[in-house]
Amino acid sequence: MSVDEKMDGGRRQLLLATSVAGGAAVAATAVPFVASLTPSERAKAAGAPVEADVSKLAPGEMMTVEWQGKPVWILRRTEEMLATLDKLDDQLADPNSDKSIQPEYAKNPARSIKPEFLVTIGICTHLGCSPSQKFKIGAASGLGDDWPGGFLCPCHGSTFDLAARVYAGKPAPTNLDIPPHKYLADTKILIGEDGTA
Amino acid sequence: MTTKSQALLNWVDERFPLTSTWKAHLSEYYAPKNFNFWYFFGSLALLVLVIQIVTGIFLVMHYKPDASLNAAGVPVAFAAVEYIMRDVPGGWLIRYMHSTGASAFFVVVYLHMFRGLLYGSYRKPRELIWLFGVGIFLALMAEAFMGYLLPWGQMSFWGAQVIVNLFSAIPVIGPDLALVIRGDFVVSDATLNRFFSFHVIAVPLVLIGLVLAHIVALHEVGSNNPDGVEIKKKKDANGIPLDGIPFHPYYTVKDIVGVVGFLIVFSAVMFFAPEGGGYFLEYNNFLPADPLVTPPHIAPVWYFTPFYSLLRAVTYPLFGLDAKFWGVIAMGAGVVIFAFLPWLDRSPVKSIRYKGPIFKTALVLFVIVFFILGYLGVQPPDNGGIKDRTTQICSVLYFAFFLLMPWYSKLDSCKPEPERVTS
Repeated sequence: MSVDEKMDGGRRQLLLATSVAGGAAVAATAVPFVASLTPSERAKAAGAPVEADVSKLAPGEMMTVEWQGKPVWILRRTEEMLATLDKLDDQLADPNSDKSIQPEYAKNPARSIKPEFLVTIGICTHLGCSPSQKFKIGAASGLGDDWPGGFLCPCHGSTFDLAARVYAGKPAPTNLDIPPHKYLADTKILIGEDGTA
Repeated sequence: MTTKSQALLNWVDERFPLTSTWKAHLSEYYAPKNFNFWYFFGSLALLVLVIQIVTGIFLVMHYKPDASLNAAGVPVAFAAVEYIMRDVPGGWLIRYMHSTGASAFFVVVYLHMFRGLLYGSYRKPRELIWLFGVGIFLALMAEAFMGYLLPWGQMSFWGAQVIVNLFSAIPVIGPDLALVIRGDFVVSDATLNRFFSFHVIAVPLVLIGLVLAHIVALHEVGSNNPDGVEIKKKKDANGIPLDGIPFHPYYTVKDIVGVVGFLIVFSAVMFFAPEGGGYFLEYNNFLPADPLVTPPHIAPVWYFTPFYSLLRAVTYPLFGLDAKFWGVIAMGAGVVIFAFLPWLDRSPVKSIRYKGPIFKTALVLFVIVFFILGYLGVQPPDNGGIKDRTTQICSVLYFAFFLLMPWYSKLDSCKPEPERVTS
């Protein structure tokens, strides 16, 4: 456009206003598309509490149940296993679970309602792999002579003790999550619902 | 040409730029006459793109993106891949073409990128070609990653789990972003379906668009060459570069040689080693996805491993943010940093032929580091042992190649560029 041509200011403003209105309409249209990417009502509804019977679980053994599509571990700890827990504080990243996720009733050194049973979500807090059991003690575990037993994440090498607390200097930032859970009976655990009974 | 077909061509040309497009991009696109071996990989990348699209179309006819369990208790998606392999006539071949094609794509693209590094093909005036190329590389990584979920094997599932969780490391928006990517609280059927949609529709469209932009930009400024001198500076009386030859027939014919050589290697892998020793198709992926058990050793497919090593190299928190977040940043930066090359390289010459000893050493070191990082990426971590330390040292060297380039490329004692291309 040459400079001396007279610009119609009114039309130019109209053009601008139309472009802005059109842009706003396009942005608004994106809303349902983005919304459709979020979890559906069905996905949100999934995740009902799961019951686990631990009566057949031998001391030192672990079982896995599925809750909300994730593995939930139930480890029946022996006296020896529990004895390892209080010696580790200076090697752990979050020994008192201050930064970690757990219900208030599991925020204790054993991270459980009953020390004997550890109930934890078996998903590494780093990038979501499921750690493997490394319950053998010492050199037999392949994790060094003073390994007291625990878990090792195969993906990036995070290690956890037998209360699912992460060792310091590992990629995982926090301890494994403890899901809300409660005892329905002595050997029946309901995972997904709070309660201390 | 007979008058009738000439008349038909005229009729079309009056309505569509057929002849002029043919001339502009092929018969009168003048490419430097001194292209060598390294110039095969652009056209080969195009060939592999076609292979992937054609085989992909046929695979979709038999594949079902469904994570629910069938009557035999196997996920439908996993069973669909087995069905293609065992029951669909020729299905095994089409699938192996596609899976071998994925690895071949990265081989060819990495070599194509290396060519750019060798001869300074990213330098002015080719910055946009290079940027479109980086875009293609990113789209290709997304395409490969999402495609890898579709067989719904153990590596598919846990690979996706890890990579999607990377996004949750971003402060503030991370967790919601990961949720939007998965469409669920865990990697699930919703994730499989959207990855399928992206893998077969969205990303290929982006990829094709970027490839077109890459070629259009290339043909606008003209190709670089192993000497890194502009052939457009010396033209004959007709305005044709003295050192240029028409792309067609000269380079179309040359590229056929490359295609034949490539297809020999490609077929050998496809027929005799389609699993690529567990690197092209990982053994754990022959087990259906199990959300409760991570395989004892998980590693990404080989073409992601150098960047995966960068991710694992960061083990210290910084500025109050997790090591996890910085690992993600390192991995992302490791890819995106290629985009800055045109402005990092301050050397007075483009081609390695005339660059000095510092740049040559840096490039050799970079290639070695890239291979070491790639190797370490498939190895299990060793808890701060020799492998983890090597990963960290190599990661520092990786970034040093780029970040120190403005200084060492300037300091270097380069040889003078020739006036015209050498034979």
